[in-house]
Amino acid sequence: MENLTKITEKLGGVMLLPLALAAVAFLLIGAPSSWLTLTVAGLSMGMMIFLMASGLSLVFGLMDVLNFGHSAFVSFGAFVAASVLAALSGWLGAPSILLNAAALALAIMAAIGFGLFAGYFFERVIIKPVYKDHLRQILITMGALIVAEQMILAIWGGAPITVPRPAFLEGTLLVGDASIDIYRVFAFFVGAVTYGLLYLLLNRSRIGLLIRAGVENREMVEALGFRIDRLFIGVFMLGSALAAMGGAMWAGYETLISPALGGEMMIIVFIVVIIGGLGSIRGTLLGAIMVGLVGNYVGFLAPKMALASNMILMMAILMWRPSGLAPAVK
Amino acid sequence: MTKITGTLTVKSTVLLIGALLLFAPFLFQDVRAIEVAARICIFIVLVASYDLLLGYTGIVSFAHTMFFGFGAYGAAIALKQMGPGWDAVALGTLAGLLISIIMAVLIGLLSLRVKAIFFAMITLAAASVMMVLASQLSGLTGGEDGITYRAPDLFKPATKLLTDDGGKVMRIAGVKLNGKLAAYYFVFITSLLLFIGLMRVVASPLGTVLEAIRENEIRAEAVGYRVVAYRTFVFCLAAVVASLAGSIYAIWLKYTGPDTALSFAIMIDILLMVVIGGMGTMWGAVIGATLLVLAQYYLRDLMGAAAEATAQIPLLPELLNPDRWLFWLGIIFILLVYFFPAGIAGTLMKKGAAK
Repeated sequence: MENLTKITEKLGGVMLLPLALAAVAFLLIGAPSSWLTLTVAGLSMGMMIFLMASGLSLVFGLMDVLNFGHSAFVSFGAFVAASVLAALSGWLGAPSILLNAAALALAIMAAIGFGLFAGYFFERVIIKPVYKDHLRQILITMGALIVAEQMILAIWGGAPITVPRPAFLEGTLLVGDASIDIYRVFAFFVGAVTYGLLYLLLNRSRIGLLIRAGVENREMVEALGFRIDRLFIGVFMLGSALAAMGGAMWAGYETLISPALGGEMMIIVFIVVIIGGLGSIRGTLLGAIMVGLVGNYVGFLAPKMALASNMILMMAILMWRPSGLAPAVK
Repeated sequence: MTKITGTLTVKSTVLLIGALLLFAPFLFQDVRAIEVAARICIFIVLVASYDLLLGYTGIVSFAHTMFFGFGAYGAAIALKQMGPGWDAVALGTLAGLLISIIMAVLIGLLSLRVKAIFFAMITLAAASVMMVLASQLSGLTGGEDGITYRAPDLFKPATKLLTDDGGKVMRIAGVKLNGKLAAYYFVFITSLLLFIGLMRVVASPLGTVLEAIRENEIRAEAVGYRVVAYRTFVFCLAAVVASLAGSIYAIWLKYTGPDTALSFAIMIDILLMVVIGGMGTMWGAVIGATLLVLAQYYLRDLMGAAAEATAQIPLLPELLNPDRWLFWLGIIFILLVYFFPAGIAGTLMKKGAAK
């Protein structure tokens, strides 16, 4: 038994959970082709959720600030991207892949740019006055969420809007019997690349070193003479930009978005962050992939359970590990 | 002396509101005003019970509408399935109460020992799952459409409480003594009793312990109070009161749906009411609930007029649209949390105390 624990630790410990989950699901589902479709769907969904959740987790880890208004960035990102795509619909329909990709890149860049800008504004105006006061933080960010949602309603209206997708991401790939949406593969790769970049930033750069040190012991980093509050604005802006980017990707995935999007995603993002453990990027990725996979598998095996599945997953994991699967060292 | 004036202003305002609510059917004789008055009664109880959590104990929960919904749906489903009658009311209310207590104990024990932020997130997740569940189990809950049903016979508008010589409904000051009046006073009296019960709780030694936990959790624990037990208890108590308020509202409204009993918008309303009225005082709950319900019903008319007046300016009419009233409330909410964290009642009372 002890040997087994050691071996699993060596192989990655809790990071093996998605693999175990996929294996169990494979046995339960039986048909390899549907299993493959579901797994790819789950992974790509997980990656998009990861984009949205990572900022929240980082911000909490570094500054002990929990932003209940985080989902506003997600919905703003989605709507900004949708507007840009709609404005560039000529490019999207064009036969050249280059033009297609340019339109998509512009849309995502617009969402990211918006996230950076709004994140700066949000941090300065909303969050800064209430550092270290959890109760007021929750209340204020909740108020900001209300205002942001109303702004979306005022600007884009309450009716759902369709999001045009670039032509080269339409359609499906056939792998054996399994059909896989190209957009899902694309979303997975975008998420994976972003995770890779974040990993490099956090683990291989000097700024990343400071961020990680700040998560572990903020006072000490401050005592050594680093302006951690400036670092924090940077992290907050980065987190908001990631959330907006996640929203933009999600808009393309859903193709029909409504102002309720932010509220729906907020719950999932919270569950992911709780499962993964606040403050750790690795944990957030793990949580997001778990939620994505479980959502898709359960949706296939027992559609009625799909809604409660995330909740049950969260409860089970909290009972097993009260501070999440892979929490940051505190 | 000045301390007394601050507190006196607050208390006399509350007393005035109470008197207005008591005589509401006689003072305002149109249907809408009575609706508003009943809604104020119920929201005072709901907000006061939430204040017990947020203001007195320092627990941030987003699951309060969930308990409100349990009570409302309990009464609604029983009235629908068993037909109008007091047995259905009792059974439904009790069933709602029981589910509320079970859920509150579960959530409380599972997550009240963790940080405030975790608790807030978990309650938010639980509440949203319940909301989805209510719209999915449409066989039982009527889904998005909700359920309409009949209240017990006593509350029918056709019921005559007292008749005059001619066999017609007796009138006092022009008000018909019919079932509608009975229903209003049912709401008023049960709400009043619940509110007095809550006042009793916060004035008791228990209330002092709760405030101690809010002020300094570790010290309270060190003095010998089991913080987790107290928190779980007060969470259950608030859930019970919210559930009862839900049942009363369901009986009054004769309709229960996600929008009236379960939606997140109600949670936001409660939050706004507590913060605007003043956290940590029961008086604040009365003032906050009254102000906000009035705003909900009458501010929209005002905003509609403002939107028409500014129709030429871009975007402004959109923001002044009556549906956007939450936008302005949200801004007011943020400003209040910044500058007057004690709310209206708290600021008034403190202002007197400081001089």
